[in-house]
Amino acid sequence: MKKITTPLKEADILSLRMGDEVLLSGEIYTARDQAHKRLVEAVKGRKRLPIDLRSAIIYYCGPAKTPKGKIIGSCGPTTSRRMDIFTPLLLKKGLKGMIGKGTRSKEVRQAIRKYKAVYFLAPAGCGALISKYVKALKVIAYQDLGPESITRLKVKDFPLIVGIDAKGGSIYG
Amino acid sequence: MIKTIKADKITQVVADLCVKANCVLRSDVLRKLKAAYKQEKNIRAKKALEAIIKNAGIAQKEKLAICQDTGLPIVFIELGQDVRIIGDLKKAVMRGIELGYKKGNFRESIIRDPLKRGKPLYKGTIIHADIVRGSKLKITVLPKGFGCENKSQLKMFNPTASLDEIKKFVVDVVRSSGPDACPPYVVGVGIGGAADYAGFLAKRALLKGINSGHQKGLSPKGTVPELERELLFEINKLHIGPMGLGGKTTALAVNIENYPTHIAGLPVAVNINCHALRSASVRL
Repeated sequence: MKKITTPLKEADILSLRMGDEVLLSGEIYTARDQAHKRLVEAVKGRKRLPIDLRSAIIYYCGPAKTPKGKIIGSCGPTTSRRMDIFTPLLLKKGLKGMIGKGTRSKEVRQAIRKYKAVYFLAPAGCGALISKYVKALKVIAYQDLGPESITRLKVKDFPLIVGIDAKGGSIYG
Repeated sequence: MIKTIKADKITQVVADLCVKANCVLRSDVLRKLKAAYKQEKNIRAKKALEAIIKNAGIAQKEKLAICQDTGLPIVFIELGQDVRIIGDLKKAVMRGIELGYKKGNFRESIIRDPLKRGKPLYKGTIIHADIVRGSKLKITVLPKGFGCENKSQLKMFNPTASLDEIKKFVVDVVRSSGPDACPPYVVGVGIGGAADYAGFLAKRALLKGINSGHQKGLSPKGTVPELERELLFEINKLHIGPMGLGGKTTALAVNIENYPTHIAGLPVAVNINCHALRSASVRL
């Protein structure tokens, strides 16, 4: 099991192969459908982005509300596929890692290879379990989207599997 | 005998069902997951199932949602014809959903306007009501996550279609769901009725216990339990496996419901459910 910390370093990314099990620690951003749409619109409109994409990791997740006394509610991954139409542009702008569940399009796989990035799989449908690896949560942008707003999570030893590596190798073949 | 039930009581009951359904995994589902864990040899599949089972334990113990996608709550009501409701039944159910979802700190996942989108809220429950004999009121809450709902399909077959064509369609729907919608799946199939009703049947089939009728040799050929068993066998040969990482367990169960249909048609709907098949019922 490899331990990796954010921000992602190129050497770390290149050392990962599809199927590798990883424990990720550090800061990641949650963003899903509507946040992706806005980020891409901002890039295209040459507007300032609310987060620095360079070396960043995006987690496809819309957490449940935070119960009293907890850091976060249930917070598992959502289906990555729906983000595929937005992903290549974000990779071009420096995004280095994505966390989600399921397959990706050919275009995303090619972009991951081109920009030397990595796609991780989180335990799908295990939001209660994953909440245990989250140590802090802060809303960063698009608060009007409710659970779809961009938040920054601090995670410790978040267990992931490399789904697509920087050479374009995919666990799904 | 006429039985009276107050609407306020129904609100409380529905709220409790929401919390229970979302935090306590159905015992038949959990049992099946544990059995699958024992049977799996594939190490990745085993680990994925281990995480799923562990997740259910944490959710129940800490009153956390099993999955952050607490879904679009679908409510099934069987209203006995001898029941009299004091107050507004529909409003009572809607309020119960909102109350329960708020109480459970569940996610607001429902968009008021499907085209304009906007900020999600709790409002927008779907209610299926049926009138039955007797003086009982049965309420079931099925929180339906949309990762899997998105993979569901309907096909209007010709009435002369063979059973093999229907089976192929069901298996193909699971194949095209692939690893994306949180396998191992529970596959609901609705056969007959009309386009809308087949979809409803497929969803209601998810409420059947997931171990009903899957034992080999117990049911005659061509019957629903036999078809369920055959389909489960075919689907598990896809080797999509837990989290889509391979293994024997692509589906936990196939549940079929059928209904009379028209001489000109044969509607078949498939409703895909993720491994977190959640529902809770009460009979008043």
